[in-house]
Amino acid sequence: MAGEGRRKLTPYLLTLPGVGFLVVFFAIPMATVFSVSFQEGSLSQGFTFTGHWQNYTDTLARYDTQLIRSLMVGLIVTIMTLVISYPMMYWIAFRGGRRKNIYLLLILLPFFTPFLIRTLMWKTIFADEGILLGFLKDVGLVSDSYQVLATMTAVISGMVYNFLPFMALPLYVSLEKMDPRLLDAAADLYSSKRQAFLKVTLPLSYPGLFAGSLLTFIPAVGDPINPELLGGVNTTMIGQVVQREMLTNNAYPRGSAISFMLMAVILIGVFLYARVLGTEEMTG
Amino acid sequence: MVKAAQEMKPEAITERRRGWFLNIYTKLAIAYLFAPVIFMIVFGFNDPQGRFNLSWQGFTLKYYSPSRLFEFEELNQAITHSLTIAFLTALLATILGTLIALALTRFTFKGRSALNLLLFVPMASPEVVLGAALLSLFVTLNFARGFTTVLIAHIMFSISYVVVTVKARTAGFDQNLEDAAGDLGASPWVAFWTVTFPLIWPGIMAAALLAFVLSLDDYVITLFNNGGYITLPLWIAGASRLGVPVQVNVLGTLIFMIGAVYAIVSIIRTRGERVSSIH
Repeated sequence: MAGEGRRKLTPYLLTLPGVGFLVVFFAIPMATVFSVSFQEGSLSQGFTFTGHWQNYTDTLARYDTQLIRSLMVGLIVTIMTLVISYPMMYWIAFRGGRRKNIYLLLILLPFFTPFLIRTLMWKTIFADEGILLGFLKDVGLVSDSYQVLATMTAVISGMVYNFLPFMALPLYVSLEKMDPRLLDAAADLYSSKRQAFLKVTLPLSYPGLFAGSLLTFIPAVGDPINPELLGGVNTTMIGQVVQREMLTNNAYPRGSAISFMLMAVILIGVFLYARVLGTEEMTG
Repeated sequence: MVKAAQEMKPEAITERRRGWFLNIYTKLAIAYLFAPVIFMIVFGFNDPQGRFNLSWQGFTLKYYSPSRLFEFEELNQAITHSLTIAFLTALLATILGTLIALALTRFTFKGRSALNLLLFVPMASPEVVLGAALLSLFVTLNFARGFTTVLIAHIMFSISYVVVTVKARTAGFDQNLEDAAGDLGASPWVAFWTVTFPLIWPGIMAAALLAFVLSLDDYVITLFNNGGYITLPLWIAGASRLGVPVQVNVLGTLIFMIGAVYAIVSIIRTRGERVSSIH
């Protein structure tokens, strides 16, 4: 039947423009990055394909500190956002009552401020002579040479702040979905509160926990803004390295090699995530 | 009463205590989230003497006057650029993303999981990688960077978010409504536009708004592909290298206020809808 055939074709026609766009401007660029990472040369002399892994070995040797630092920072930031937001989202989901949506709105509201401005405000607050340290120095609580900016503490604080919603919201979604009667059932079966939490609530929040961790870890590892604004020479992270190689040095092959390594680490994460939760969960 | 209190299990007491503790904790955490926003708003009324808006010097409203707020020609241009890009991104990404969302929620077809992956990976990629990837494509093709490349980049990273948002709305949609329209003699086309579309319209609007905000907020990807087409975040980053101008506080405050008012109004409206649907 003609109608039947058209019905089969409809989903493809609907997805065609968007998928076409994503293939041309996302999938192909990813392939391009991969191919550029095997080139050598300079902007003035042009780039030629070599097929050698030299850009990978070179950049790994040169930027291993920054790469390891970025992965460590990503891990610390993920754990900190989790520890800070879990109790909060637990309380809102189970005790928020009729005010649930208001609490949720209050958590999201600060993030209506542009990312860059939020981070610049932390930079101003933490400035050596700013309102916080200036006051502490006047009172004599910290020495005059004490500083927060240009340290790892500042970078991590900034990231924990900026990426908190990425952890908090997926956590909230999975906690909110949970039927509170399950806890009554656990209690009826003589489970202690602690056991009920560890055996019922926590496992049921795993989807949100996984999603939140991924959504926090990935941008944290690659973020160039927080280390650029809040950090110093000793806090350089991999995102800044990519930016410098690509934009300042015009060293596209090296920048591409680092980008691709970063992407590979992340694709492994996404793959594990898909194995655990399935692909439908990915887009909600 | 006394007897009841005596019979209260120790567990119940710790539970109550934990509730009290978490209550305070949640409110302190919310206060922490607002800290830089409050700082931003307050210091937008500051009257600093030099370049640095670091400590309180005295109250002024002068940075809210259009002559001071828009005193930098580059800033005005950056605002125009950002609004143009954000508007076009919202329009185009919403069209492309909504079509995909409709296909995903209303049809079963081969290649769904590949499509889900194609939508998920851009959301899961660090911004530097997206920026660097697009840049290497444009460099390889020798494509001049500017307005077009910024727009392409913004549509690219917004599509997935549009799909997720619209999908959330269409997933709850009752297919029976459309079938009912068909039973009453409506063609599929008419049924879609008169029944389905009005129901998913709020989801489409929410997605467009999200795309608009994402575009307005983007710094990293734009940094890679702007070719001199300076958007608001690029201008802010440049101007704030040596001390943040008070205008940045004022602009941040205004953007925050618009978002806050919109969010509060929409919450009140949905609550109103819910109440009126009960009665």
